Amino acid sequence: MAENRPSASIEAVESGLAAQGYIASRQIATAVYLAQQIEKPILVEGPAGVGKTELAKAIAAWRGMKMIRLQCYEGLDEAKALYEWKYAKQLLYTQILKDKLGEVLGGAPTLEAALNQLHDFGDVFFSKEFVEPRPLLQALEQPAGCVLLIDEIDKSDAEFESLLLEILSDFQVTIPELGTVVAVAPPTVILTSNSERDLGDALKRRCLHLHIGFPEQRLEERIVESRVPGISQTLRKQMVSFIHEVRTLDLKKLPSVSETIDWARVLVLLQAPELGHEVVKDTLNVLLKYEADIEAASPQVSTFIAKATRQNVFG
Amino acid sequence: MRENLHRFFRAARGAGVKLSPAESIDAMRAVSKVGFTDRTILRDTFLLTLAKTQDEKKALGDCFDLFFDQPEPQSPPKDGKADEQDPSGSNAASDSPGDSSGGDEQAEGLGQLAQMLLAQDRSQISAAIANAASAASLSDIRYFTQRGIFSGRILDQMGIQRLRDDLGNLAATNPAVAERLTNALDGLRGTVRDTVSQALTLYGREEAENLRNEILRNAPLSRIEPRQVEQMRHLIRQIARRLRERYSKPRKRQRRGHLDVRRTIRRNAAWGGVPFLTAWKRRHRDKPKIVALCDVSGSVARVSDFFLLLIHSLHEVVDDVRSFAFSGHLIEVSDILESKSPEEAMAEIMSKVGFGSSDYGNSFDDFEHGWMSAITPQTTVIVLGDARSNDLDPRADILRRIAERSKRLVWLNPEGRMAWGWGDSEMPRYSTFCTVVRQCATAKQLERAVSDIVASYQ
Repeated sequence: MAENRPSASIEAVESGLAAQGYIASRQIATAVYLAQQIEKPILVEGPAGVGKTELAKAIAAWRGMKMIRLQCYEGLDEAKALYEWKYAKQLLYTQILKDKLGEVLGGAPTLEAALNQLHDFGDVFFSKEFVEPRPLLQALEQPAGCVLLIDEIDKSDAEFESLLLEILSDFQVTIPELGTVVAVAPPTVILTSNSERDLGDALKRRCLHLHIGFPEQRLEERIVESRVPGISQTLRKQMVSFIHEVRTLDLKKLPSVSETIDWARVLVLLQAPELGHEVVKDTLNVLLKYEADIEAASPQVSTFIAKATRQNVFG
Repeated sequence: MRENLHRFFRAARGAGVKLSPAESIDAMRAVSKVGFTDRTILRDTFLLTLAKTQDEKKALGDCFDLFFDQPEPQSPPKDGKADEQDPSGSNAASDSPGDSSGGDEQAEGLGQLAQMLLAQDRSQISAAIANAASAASLSDIRYFTQRGIFSGRILDQMGIQRLRDDLGNLAATNPAVAERLTNALDGLRGTVRDTVSQALTLYGREEAENLRNEILRNAPLSRIEPRQVEQMRHLIRQIARRLRERYSKPRKRQRRGHLDVRRTIRRNAAWGGVPFLTAWKRRHRDKPKIVALCDVSGSVARVSDFFLLLIHSLHEVVDDVRSFAFSGHLIEVSDILESKSPEEAMAEIMSKVGFGSSDYGNSFDDFEHGWMSAITPQTTVIVLGDARSNDLDPRADILRRIAERSKRLVWLNPEGRMAWGWGDSEMPRYSTFCTVVRQCATAKQLERAVSDIVASYQ
């Protein structure tokens, strides 16, 4: 009986995400379910535009949680990702304190006592009051939990990865002056990567590893259906099967789901009843992002359209 | 089931998925949440928790399918045998183990295994095999050479000794039953053999591959059999990838140096030494430049083949590589190597300059006239060849000039040191001008040599 529940809740994840317009494959749903159950981050890898970032957004929307996003880039460091001291505020307070110094120290009979009093004030300067929380610390401090999206982790330096390790395994950060900040409610962490750089084993080990590739034809049709509601069934089938043919070519950048959706929108806008040679030629630049790719694909357009139409008739 | 999970983890390691204990704990936690009933969810769970790359996911998926389909396929062959024996043995079966009242004098004298085989109870037999297999710790199997040992152990566990005694006795008293039993035993042997083979594919894949690679790595490149050439290419590419991983990282990390205190103070003198502007020491590093001269004459062709392949797989670390090939005369082959697939490139190079008898003097002369300017004080020049110049003028003077122009001159010789200087080998004369001279006859030595060259630029 206990074994019946998990698959049911995996379906619940699937339908929950679907309600937000995110059509998840079974593997994605399983990953989201497991991440919740064993409190582990998910590392999502895959080509650009297959919905890695969208997944985080959909989870946040579905669970009604705030989403905190940290965009990674080369040179990202602690001060921008974790926390920073509010120097200006500290400085201002010192100035104010300077005037009050006499009053504060006035009561101290000896130098030693005065020093001790000063030490107490010193600690005040490195307190929560003067910490400017950046995305990671913010995520830990959300009382209701949140979805923390660490986007394009492969763009950051290797050092930054090690900075993340504490958060990823224990949902806590150590600030030397303050001590350890533990998450109020463990956030759901999604890391995305385009595999531009190989990530460290330590990071990978702390995460569930999910690879999102190009979706199967059926799934992609459902995605288009949910994202571009105005599109006719015939056109949807044709365009998706056309794109699947294009993906078999050896291109610099294969069209991914986001391009599919864009293209579907364009086709709806142009009120194309079905795929035609002219329409495809005119809009190929929505699908393919390099001149060389467009050139490579152009000669194949007619055959692909023919194939797509044929497939539509039979299946 | 826990036992089963552990065996699966071991199988996964065998399939080349690197699994740490922490990961297996995660997987077990995850499995405890999803349960075992739904095979596809279980499979997804393992893929999510254990595999960390796309390749690993594929290997693990295959391993999963193989592992969880394991118990079934053993039965069918047994089935066939049982059927064809049934008519002849049906009356014997009726008075053997099943009913103890009738012919128990026959069953009584027999050992457990004999009784089991005569009873033809498939599920009982496969259970017994499984038990014996785990008693013989079959999951420790790593190499195909261990197949016989493990089969033997399993059969011993099942009590084959007793069965042999039984057979000996039966041959005298009841030849019909003895024959049935012999047939059944053959069937059992087959099944056990299958079980062991399957275990080998599950648990031994990685080890077997490692072993094969290790042998290959130490095999002389010049004497590789044709069927091994493709594996060797694969191995060389692996080596190149490893070198790339090792040497492309630190270059990036060392970009920031230490604080240059003296320059910082000098620069900030205007502010009374308060360091507003900082100056950083930067370690100057040469960009790797490699010029490779490869002898492709018949005797060393295969070695230089692999060498060129390695050099060109290394392009991501070493931007500036120029390769030349020679036997009687010398040509530049950088473009050929870069634009063509390895097989085509090698074929073309060989057709242009390969297989002739080598003339080092003439080839060096070609190089000096054509490309001497390619060598700068940052260049490492690598010469690969056996230095056998067929008693022609070795032109060691050109090599000296090459050495003077370059950062380093490395000579890789596929022959052993013992052979240097014997016959027409000009090695002693050349080696005086070389920074490093090495024997380079196996993939391992090749890797070392190239690794050292790249490391010298770090």
